[in-house]
Amino acid sequence: MADFFIWNFGFTEKSAANPTVAVMILFSVILTALGVYDHIAQWAGAGTAVPVTGFANSMASAAMEHRSEGYVLGVGGNMFKLAGSVIVFGVFSAFVVALIRTVLTMLGGV
Amino acid sequence: MQQGNQSWVFPNRPTIISTGTVGGPFEAKGPLAEDFDLLHGDLWLGQNSYEKAERKMMEEACETAVQKAGLQKKDVQFFLSGDLLNQIISSSFTARTLSVPYLGLFGACSTSMEGLALGGLIVDCRFGDNLICGTVSHNSAAEKQFRYPTEYGSQKPDTAQWTVTGAGAAIVSSKGQGPQITSATIGRIIDMGLSDPFNMGGAMAPAAVDTITAHFRDLELSHEEYDLIATGDLGRVGHNISLDLFKKHSLTIPEEKYTDCGLLIYGENHPMVFAGGSGCGCSATVTYGHILNRMKQGELRKVLIVATGALLSPISYQQKESIPCIAHAVALEYHLEG
Repeated sequence: MADFFIWNFGFTEKSAANPTVAVMILFSVILTALGVYDHIAQWAGAGTAVPVTGFANSMASAAMEHRSEGYVLGVGGNMFKLAGSVIVFGVFSAFVVALIRTVLTMLGGV
Repeated sequence: MQQGNQSWVFPNRPTIISTGTVGGPFEAKGPLAEDFDLLHGDLWLGQNSYEKAERKMMEEACETAVQKAGLQKKDVQFFLSGDLLNQIISSSFTARTLSVPYLGLFGACSTSMEGLALGGLIVDCRFGDNLICGTVSHNSAAEKQFRYPTEYGSQKPDTAQWTVTGAGAAIVSSKGQGPQITSATIGRIIDMGLSDPFNMGGAMAPAAVDTITAHFRDLELSHEEYDLIATGDLGRVGHNISLDLFKKHSLTIPEEKYTDCGLLIYGENHPMVFAGGSGCGCSATVTYGHILNRMKQGELRKVLIVATGALLSPISYQQKESIPCIAHAVALEYHLEG
């Protein structure tokens, strides 16, 4: 996929990552909407759950599931039902790592 | 009349004069498709939510049962029903449509036989002449309630079970032709400390064994009394555990006589359903459809249905509580006319 963007659109190896991820997310959401993603996940396992596709799937599936409860409380309120904890702990662990790094540089600086 | 610790014997023989069973698209592809009265090709049933679809199935099952009995809604005095959704809305909303006096039950997947036992009791005591006992479950509504969104790609272990999309209703009457309810055994809560919601069969097996043992002890019977003993939704895992437990309790039940509705409904070793079917609709549709049909064809005369239920909630297992389980047994007997 990254090669496709490098060859056709003149991306570098580094900058090709962005459109690649965007396309993977799009595929994941489309497959979720078609009702195929959960079957692939049962077969493929953690490979579909961990990366960005799994994140997109968890949001899209929750949004679809709770559509019947309305757009604000249903879709809006439940979209991050599964993905929310990823964000909370992702942000929190980034904060902790940044804190450790800052403290270490300060100590090293002194 | 109470007999032993926890069993009722019904001397007036309440009769199941008719039943209504409704199934979803996945059940329509199963080996028992012919035993359903009504099958749907669409999980939504033309409704805009799975909850409404579940309700619709329950209404259709009740209507079919009333129609097949040659009755009208006003001839039915009570409606006993339960389901898996929060605050048993499918049953209550069906009762609103039926406008029949209503008692809501919750016994998770054991609701079918809980309702039938209570229905038998009411009719046997002459506190009602015709009543409907029903229950319903919907795969997607149950997934949403108890697990993850339906389209979420989580990997399930082999011990997981597939919630049946189906509704079953039976009309219990003081007179008429059909299988008779001879006795019932009300189960105790058994909790062996299992807390994995993806292995409910394993958690429920001890409850089924406890109720079957109690039934035989209270009524002084052995397995020879019955042509078939069917548990509700233990699945393959729970079924095997229960067989081992029978051996441990030195209770002999021949394997060919002992089956499970969760194994019957989709056939054994279906890859999509993992260990087998589950849900309120599992024991209800298999009993009111397949098993009663076999009784009417003269294949079976006396059967014991042991509906098993796992009384957990999504909150209780997230709080690391173990799963309390229950099983209710109802004995049915059918005499061919003439």
